[in-house]
Amino acid sequence: MPAPILQLNDVKTHFPVSSGFFVRHQTGTVKAVDGVTLSVARGEVLGLVGESGCGKSTLARTILQLVPTTGGTVILEGRNLTSASAAEMLLARRDLQMVFQDPFASLNPRMTVYATLAEPLLVHKVVPPDQVRARVTALMEKVGLSPRFLEKYPHEFSGGQRQRIAIARALALEPKVIIADEPVSALDVSIQAQILNLLSKLCREMNLALIFIAHDLSVVKHISDRVAVMYLGKIVELGPAVEVIEHPRHPYTRALVSAIPTPDPDIERGKKRLVLPGDPPSPLNPPAGCAFHPRCPYVQEKCKVSVPPLIPCGPNREAACVRLDEIGAQ
Amino acid sequence: MPLLEVTDLRTSFHTRSGVYRAVDGVSFSLGKGETLGLVGESGSGKSVTCYSLMGLVPQPPGRIESGTAMFDGIDLLHCAPAQARQIRGKRIAMIFQDPMTSLNPYLRISEQLIEPLLIHEKISKADALVRGLAMLEAVGINDAAKRIHSYPHEFSGGMRQRVMIAMALITKPEILIADEPTTALDVTVQAQILELIKKLQSELGMAVIFVTHDLGVVSGLCDRVQVMYAGRIVETADTRTLFRSPRHPYTKALQRSIPSLQPKGKELYTIPGLPPDLSKPIAGCAFAPRCEFAVDRCRTTDPRLVAINPGHATACVRVQSAEI
Repeated sequence: MPAPILQLNDVKTHFPVSSGFFVRHQTGTVKAVDGVTLSVARGEVLGLVGESGCGKSTLARTILQLVPTTGGTVILEGRNLTSASAAEMLLARRDLQMVFQDPFASLNPRMTVYATLAEPLLVHKVVPPDQVRARVTALMEKVGLSPRFLEKYPHEFSGGQRQRIAIARALALEPKVIIADEPVSALDVSIQAQILNLLSKLCREMNLALIFIAHDLSVVKHISDRVAVMYLGKIVELGPAVEVIEHPRHPYTRALVSAIPTPDPDIERGKKRLVLPGDPPSPLNPPAGCAFHPRCPYVQEKCKVSVPPLIPCGPNREAACVRLDEIGAQ
Repeated sequence: MPLLEVTDLRTSFHTRSGVYRAVDGVSFSLGKGETLGLVGESGSGKSVTCYSLMGLVPQPPGRIESGTAMFDGIDLLHCAPAQARQIRGKRIAMIFQDPMTSLNPYLRISEQLIEPLLIHEKISKADALVRGLAMLEAVGINDAAKRIHSYPHEFSGGMRQRVMIAMALITKPEILIADEPTTALDVTVQAQILELIKKLQSELGMAVIFVTHDLGVVSGLCDRVQVMYAGRIVETADTRTLFRSPRHPYTKALQRSIPSLQPKGKELYTIPGLPPDLSKPIAGCAFAPRCEFAVDRCRTTDPRLVAINPGHATACVRVQSAEI
C-alpha cells in the first residue's frame, strides 16, 4: 500500500452539553467522534458511511480543524494539524479542501462565480494577480462548465452546476486531499451521476485523495476504493468497498446493506430484509459496551460489557465485533 | 371500476416571472388496494399532482386549469368545499416528506392524532383516545400509553413519521397518498417505515399512491409505476415490466444513471442537459432536447401516452411507431 497522505490516530471530538438558564453547568458530553484511526493514500477514494448523527460530518470538520479536537492526532504529510498554529493551518488548508452537501447554501449568493473561484487564489497568493483569470477559466473547464458563466451569480445555476462550482472552488488551490461531505445527497439521480463521474475523473487525473461521505451505500460502493462504516462516533467496519458491501461482517453493516432498496423488483421482493428495531441511540448517552448492542440481532451478554476494538478479519479488513467468528461471513 | 380516476389534470402556478405548468395533462387511475408509484426528479410535477387531488395547492398563485378526479362519483377538483372536507382526511389521507415540520409543535401527539376522528366521526374524546392509542401501537410505538401525551419534539424522525402515518390511517382511509415519506429518514429507519406501510396496507386494504424519486423504494413496494417528466407521465407499467423492459428513453436513462445497477468503476450514464423551463411553452416532447434518440418529429409532435402493450403505456412517438 502506498504511504498515506492523511493519517488519523485515535481522533476524538467531544462536545460539552450544558443546561440551566441562569447558571450554566456542564451536564454531559456528546462524543461525536470517539477514537477514529484511519488513513488515506494519494489517489485513493475512501467512503465514509453511517446514519445521521453517527459523527461522519464532525469527523470531516475535525480533519479540517473546523472544530477543536479533544484527543488524538490528524497528520497531513507529516504535519500534525491538531497542534498546528493558525499560520501553519492556513498553509495546510491549501492541501486539504472540502465540498459541502448543499450547493444552495455553500456558495455566497452575493459573489459571482469568478469572485468565488478567485478568492482562494488571491488569499493564498498562488498565482500572480494577472494570471488569476486564466486559472479560474481553466478551473471552470476542468469541472465541465463554460467560462462564459464566470460573471453569473449562484442563483442562476441549477443544483448540479452549483456543485460543480463548489468542486472547482475546492480544486482551486490544487489540494492533495478533498473531503466531500454528502456532495450528491441533495441532487437528483441523473445529476448525481454527473457529479460522481466528475469526482472519479478528477481523483484519477490529479491523483487526489478523496474522503467521500455519504449515507447511500450504492453510491459509496460505486465511487470508493475502501469504505469505513461509522456508528455512534466509532468505526465499526473498514475494508475494500466491494467486499465490505457485498460481504459485510459487522452486524450493523449487514443491516445497513440489507436496508438499501434495490431497484430490481425480483431481488427486492425475494429478499429477506434484516430490519433493525429502534432508532440509533443518542450520542449523549450511549449504551455501555458495544454501542450497537441494543439493536443488534446477534447480541449476547458479553457485548454489553466492553467496547469491542477493530480486529482484522481478512485481507485489509477490520471489524469491531466480539462475535465476528461466531456469526461468520455472509 | 377504478377507485380514483384522474383525467387531464393541469395545474399551473401564475407567478410574476410567468406561468409554470407544473402538471400538464396527467391522466391515471388507481384501483382498490393498489399501490401506485409516482416517480420523477424534482420539478417533474409528482408532488403537485398529489397536492391538486388533496386540494392543497395554494390558490393563488396555483390554479387548477382543467381536469377531473373522480372518486366514488365525486369530482375532487370541482366539488363544493364542504363535500371535499368530507373526503379529505377521512377517505383519502396524506403523509408528507418531512415529519419534522408536518406536526404542530405546540400540540401534544394525542390531540393531533385524534383530531381527524373528532372531525369526521361522532365519537367522544375518551373513545377517540382509545382508538388513537391502538393506532399508535399498530404503527409500532413502544410504550404508546405513556408517549401519546408527549410533544412532537420528544420523538425522533422515524417516530414522528410513524405518528404521521397513525394520524393518516386513524380514519381507515381508502386511499393513502404518501409524498416521499422516507426521503428525510435514515436507511434503516426507511426500511422500518416501508415495512410498516406494506403491513398496514394489507390489513386495511387501502390503495396507496407512493411518490418518490428513489427507484429502489418503488421496486419493492409498488404494483404499478408511473414515471413523470416535466409535468407529464412519460411511461406507466407494472413494476416488473418497467424495471425489466422500460421503453421510454427517459426511463431507460434514469435506470442507467443509478450506481447500484452499474458495474463498479464504469462511468455512469448521464443525461445531458437540464430539465426544461416549465414557464416556457414546450414544442413536441419535453425530453427531446436531452434524448439520444430524438429526431425532428419529436420536436414538433406532442407525444401522447399510448398503450404499447396491455398495461404498458409510453409517451414516445418513436417507441409507438416501433422505431426504437
